[in-house]
Amino acid sequence: MRASLQLGVVGIGLLLGACSSIQPWVKPYERDRLADPIMSWDRDAISGAYLDHVYESREGSRGATGTAGGGCGCN
Amino acid sequence: MKGLKRCAMAAIVVASAAFAASGDASGPAPTFTLTTVTGQQTALSQYKGQVVMVNFWATWCGPCQQEMPLLDQMYKKYKSAGFTLIGVNVDKDAPPVKELLARKPVSFPVLLDPANQVSKAYHVDEMPSSVIIDRKGDIRYIHRGYRPGDENEYQDRIRQLIRE
Amino acid sequence: MPTFPRHLSRLAALAALSLMCVAGAAVLPDDRADVFYSTYRGGGMDITGESVLVRKKFSEQFAVQANYFIDKVSGASVDVTSGASPIKDERKQKSLSLDYIHDKTQYNLAYTNSTERDYISNTTHFSLSQDMFGDLTTVTLGFTDSRDKVGENNGTSHAPIIAWLGHAESRSYEGGLSQVITKNLITGATVEVITDQGLLSNPYRSIRYLDPTVGLKYSPGVPVYPNTRTSTAVEGRAKYFLPYRAAASVSYRYFTDTWGIHANTIELGYAQPVSNVFIFEGRLRHYSQNHATFYSDLFPFANSQNFEARDQNLAASTNNTIDAKMTWAFAPEGFLVFKRATASFDVTRIQFKYKDFRDTRDYTVNNGFAPGTEPLYAFNAMIYQVYISMFF
Repeated sequence: MRASLQLGVVGIGLLLGACSSIQPWVKPYERDRLADPIMSWDRDAISGAYLDHVYESREGSRGATGTAGGGCGCN
Repeated sequence: MKGLKRCAMAAIVVASAAFAASGDASGPAPTFTLTTVTGQQTALSQYKGQVVMVNFWATWCGPCQQEMPLLDQMYKKYKSAGFTLIGVNVDKDAPPVKELLARKPVSFPVLLDPANQVSKAYHVDEMPSSVIIDRKGDIRYIHRGYRPGDENEYQDRIRQLIRE
Repeated sequence: MPTFPRHLSRLAALAALSLMCVAGAAVLPDDRADVFYSTYRGGGMDITGESVLVRKKFSEQFAVQANYFIDKVSGASVDVTSGASPIKDERKQKSLSLDYIHDKTQYNLAYTNSTERDYISNTTHFSLSQDMFGDLTTVTLGFTDSRDKVGENNGTSHAPIIAWLGHAESRSYEGGLSQVITKNLITGATVEVITDQGLLSNPYRSIRYLDPTVGLKYSPGVPVYPNTRTSTAVEGRAKYFLPYRAAASVSYRYFTDTWGIHANTIELGYAQPVSNVFIFEGRLRHYSQNHATFYSDLFPFANSQNFEARDQNLAASTNNTIDAKMTWAFAPEGFLVFKRATASFDVTRIQFKYKDFRDTRDYTVNNGFAPGTEPLYAFNAMIYQVYISMFF
């Protein structure tokens, strides 16, 4: 598993290097909907963390409960 | 897991290298005619002979809001020296724009580009974007994004072009 | 006398960190202060949660967030097999998080301490998030380290006698990708690998094995857990903006670990704003897992396996959640020093069902249940949350 994880990270690195010439297909002036608060992954951070904690303490599984990104993409 | 961490750091360094920066530019500024929030038709060509800064912004963009009062100050300061600031708003609907300007008015003209034709013509790839055009109508500088302190960069460029 | 489920402190700290490292696109979120209150009632347990959070930017590039959370438990869960005296305990959690943005990269460093009478957890987290391809893509890498001290209360809630039994350590490596697909659709994927080592068992649990020599026909035993555990969780999610202004979301997570547990989680969500003042949200979640290899509700005889456990968390089970939330922007123009403020009310109902964990309370051999034929355990939990968020 370690080897495949390493390969995965190196793969992402190469992909990022090679693809720096890709132009964004959603223009920054078209991001109004993505910047809408209803489109954010976790508007209410305490509540999200609290429910994650209720589930993790009752279930046998854990991990992979959040992602970053989206928004207005400003700056 | 040391190897994994090293790979991860390498990936991030590679990725960091790939972002657009603000800088000098060249070429004639694409002409356009848009309507202001008050309903007047305004064309870029009206301002030939002056140094023009075209600022692309939106109501949903935080850094754009931050910039506005500073742009207003800059406009008032250099107006009499042959400088004009034109705000081009890219929102799809006009009401939120009018509402925002009613609460936080600016003295420079604000034009509406709901169909995003002008944004496309200027290859806007970051919000906010500011394009500085010289007296002859050529693009001289493009600034992408906004961080506090950027207004100093704008002022330097504007003063330079006013003196030309 | 069981207090919180075994890994609660550490897991809560990890969950708190998900709150700490919500890295957005290259702009720091608004300053805010939140006050939160929740109640959980189910499975014989009554738990209240109270929390305060404050977040402040010190420049456009740097922000600090502090959070304080208290859980108070009372009740007697199904795992109390002897002496049903209610327990009362408290867990206090403090977190501090720092965010720093430079160009398109956001760095986060966070520290959390969780303390209860018989469990202390210290967690450190570091992550970085990078925006690329015109900010359509965000890549995140995170690392978390937890050091725990595990104890057992051999006294009562009112007169505790704590014995410290050992330590546990946990390391988590997380990679995430968020991708804007169209102006209406955003997707994300996360992988997280967690390795634990040390004392991983819960001192308050016991196993049971068939014992024809006693009246009850089964006897309790001490659980034996492996001292390592490695797990991998992979999650994918998508959110779509509906043209009349609403958002629909879906997510799926697959989990697998070296204890033989495989779990699936699927969640559907819908958010409907109404006249810029209210947002109504609904959510459905379905979860299922199989049992750990060394889990059994009833072992055939004493010491039948190297590793033995009878913890509900390791049993084969499903749970289904339905959740409704209302957010009210009661001060959209702000009041006092706040730019805007919202109040939220959230009601959640979770139905838990166990496939191989039996409810052995109050059942004696005279009631006709032979060991292993007691009813399968099931219970419902109701959670209410109310919180106010104020933005500067």
